[in-house]
Amino acid sequence: MAKIMTGAEMVIKALADQGVKHIFGYPGGAVLPIYDELVQQDKVEHVLVRHEQGAVHAAEGYARSTGDVGVVLVTSGPGATNAVTGLTDALMDSIPVVCITGQVPTHLIGNDAFQECDTVGITRPCTKHNWLVKNIDDLARVMHEAFYVAKSGRPGPVVVDVPKDIQFASGTYVGPSNIAHKTYRPQMKGDQNAIRQAVELLAAAKRPLFYTGGGVINSGDTATKLLRELAGMAGVPVTSTLMGLGAFPASHEQWLGMLGMHGTYQANLAMHDCDVMVCIGARFDDRITGRIDAFSPDSTKIHIDIDPSSINKNVAVDLPIIGDVAYVLEDMIRVWRNLAPDIDKKAQAAWWKQIDTWRAKDCLKYKANVDIIMPQYAIQRIYELTRERDTYITTEVGQHQMWAAQFYHFDEPNRWMTSGGLGTMGYGLPAAVGVQVAHPDSLVIDIAGDASVLMTMQEMSTAVQHNLPIKIFILNNQYMGMVRQWQQLLHGNRLSHSYMESLPDFVKLAEAYGCVGLRAEKPAELDDAIMEMVKVDRPVLFDCRVASLANCYPMIPSGEAHNKMLLGDDVDDELDSAVGEKGKVLV
Amino acid sequence: MPNKSPSTHYPAQVLHEKTESHTLSVLVDNEPGVLARVIGLFSGRGYNIDSLTVSEVSHEAHLSRITMVTKGTPMVIDQIKHQLERLVPVHVVDDLTIVAQEAGHEKPLERELALAKVVGKGDRRVEALRIAEAFRAHVVDASTEHFVFELTGRISKIEQFLVLMQPLGLVEVARTGVAAISRGKEGM
Repeated sequence: MAKIMTGAEMVIKALADQGVKHIFGYPGGAVLPIYDELVQQDKVEHVLVRHEQGAVHAAEGYARSTGDVGVVLVTSGPGATNAVTGLTDALMDSIPVVCITGQVPTHLIGNDAFQECDTVGITRPCTKHNWLVKNIDDLARVMHEAFYVAKSGRPGPVVVDVPKDIQFASGTYVGPSNIAHKTYRPQMKGDQNAIRQAVELLAAAKRPLFYTGGGVINSGDTATKLLRELAGMAGVPVTSTLMGLGAFPASHEQWLGMLGMHGTYQANLAMHDCDVMVCIGARFDDRITGRIDAFSPDSTKIHIDIDPSSINKNVAVDLPIIGDVAYVLEDMIRVWRNLAPDIDKKAQAAWWKQIDTWRAKDCLKYKANVDIIMPQYAIQRIYELTRERDTYITTEVGQHQMWAAQFYHFDEPNRWMTSGGLGTMGYGLPAAVGVQVAHPDSLVIDIAGDASVLMTMQEMSTAVQHNLPIKIFILNNQYMGMVRQWQQLLHGNRLSHSYMESLPDFVKLAEAYGCVGLRAEKPAELDDAIMEMVKVDRPVLFDCRVASLANCYPMIPSGEAHNKMLLGDDVDDELDSAVGEKGKVLV
Repeated sequence: MPNKSPSTHYPAQVLHEKTESHTLSVLVDNEPGVLARVIGLFSGRGYNIDSLTVSEVSHEAHLSRITMVTKGTPMVIDQIKHQLERLVPVHVVDDLTIVAQEAGHEKPLERELALAKVVGKGDRRVEALRIAEAFRAHVVDASTEHFVFELTGRISKIEQFLVLMQPLGLVEVARTGVAAISRGKEGM
């Protein structure tokens, strides 16, 4: 029903009509009218962050853990520019986010007014779409369109820039129904001929492989169920990108582990040697392919993706299927049932035997230590002690992120929040805030590094203010570990500015924020400390002192193919000798 | 330890096959910032723009037609089209070069307009006018010391005309860029 209201009222009304329960934001001059409406209603709850980047990451965590759209409200100028990192992160990882930014009044746009910036200009390349609303009559429609664009097709972030005079102006509000978009209508259903061909190829395969990605999770619960069903029916081994972890259960016997630069030996060798590869909702990112001309040289490649621009971008595929993963998998399962194919059981048994010999390499093994906590061990313990609980994991970016992906095993989707495409240090802490807002009774752990976590540390304040008992588990090796690892491997072991001198005392820092600080320095005290962290019903900063110079393996070295992986055993001794005296003191 | 040069964790550039020139026609909503979206996409992703023209073609529906000539490998040209289609205000992307090739033509219909100012006296002036007539260029402004010629045609014709005018006192050129349309009765 049409109703006259102010622009600020419309923004809140549109959010409520879109079913938004929480927004993450920070007030400022150009959004004061919206904040004034916000405080006078109770449908939409506001979470006050401490920096706008944190607001976007929190919204991403909220969106990724629920499947809903995450919503952000920030002011003009610095509010908008601070949000840019988060928006880019959401674009790279296809996370649906609606970011509302305040803008100076329309008559001042272009005048270099106070806290003015060209928000739509700055955010154009880092959003799926954006709007500057210069007419009150467009506002309600644009708000609903924003949600439609953010969550339809390949999801992504959008920005709605609302000048302050538009927030004050009065106009007619229209509801979300009956707003059909004139141009943006993504193709959901796949081409039936292509689907039949795909099933025939899969049925005739001797060494098939599913390479899945974040698109399966974005497609929703149905897609993950269908993936499990099809993989089971066809008996196909499954690997996944970093973004896709959880779509296929890690406890399943057909699971090979993550693939890519720090993926498992069996997953990468299977990628290299397979004869039919079905890429489902992934994008052949350079962390996955390694050397393009040596990437899976003998396979017929089938690529299921909702975004046509992902097809043939990095790797030429033989059979593209444009469509939503759930729709396409549903059709594939139906065709498979009708076809009831005789798969080459003998060939597939040989394929599994080969995979088992790769698995026997035990590529994730590391040297255990009784005096020093190995970072891998710390994550193994967190996994063992929290796996039976309702747990969500977020991460920062670096070695700890890769170890978390290798050693924390997910059986369900939407449980794993990490910055994959952009690789944003500082993502995990605010993302944990967002996840905890969406799941107040669940256990939310940010597996962090000492360098990353300092980038958005201020959001501990947000957690304390809103009673969000997030657990920040810092693998503290006093290095930017991944930077150092690359310097060791690629730059002659010259450790240029990758050592974090004068780190804060994280336990005291926790106390200063009004949360709980814990520390573990020996493997023997780790379990008790983790259990204490889990039990505390308040935010925790956990300073886990780990081996300083541990490196992350296996690894596909620069410019190499999948079958040229480095395993930990190959390099440890050599690296030890490559580490200087100053470094050795720290081991 | 394998340490391939150059020391980078990114894959090496793949040596590309030959590049081709394609003429694309893009129908977009004529809304603020739409051209910035299109050219921002090209600069952001490192694609080439050899020529670009834009004008509103349907005033009621507020639709603009962007004609662009771009170069790339077949894989890149395909990417460009898909990336353009991904922009929310884009209605249709038509590869006129492919449309022409499928219909058995070498190229789509492509026309450009140029305005050329030629300054000179005596024989040079007479020669300029004579060549202009041969190219069916119109004189749109003149004094005893200059001509401004208006020339319409294929790009090759305009290029050739400008080469000939160079020694005859060509001092300034303005070109519209290519407008293009496919042959035959089918509409976009």
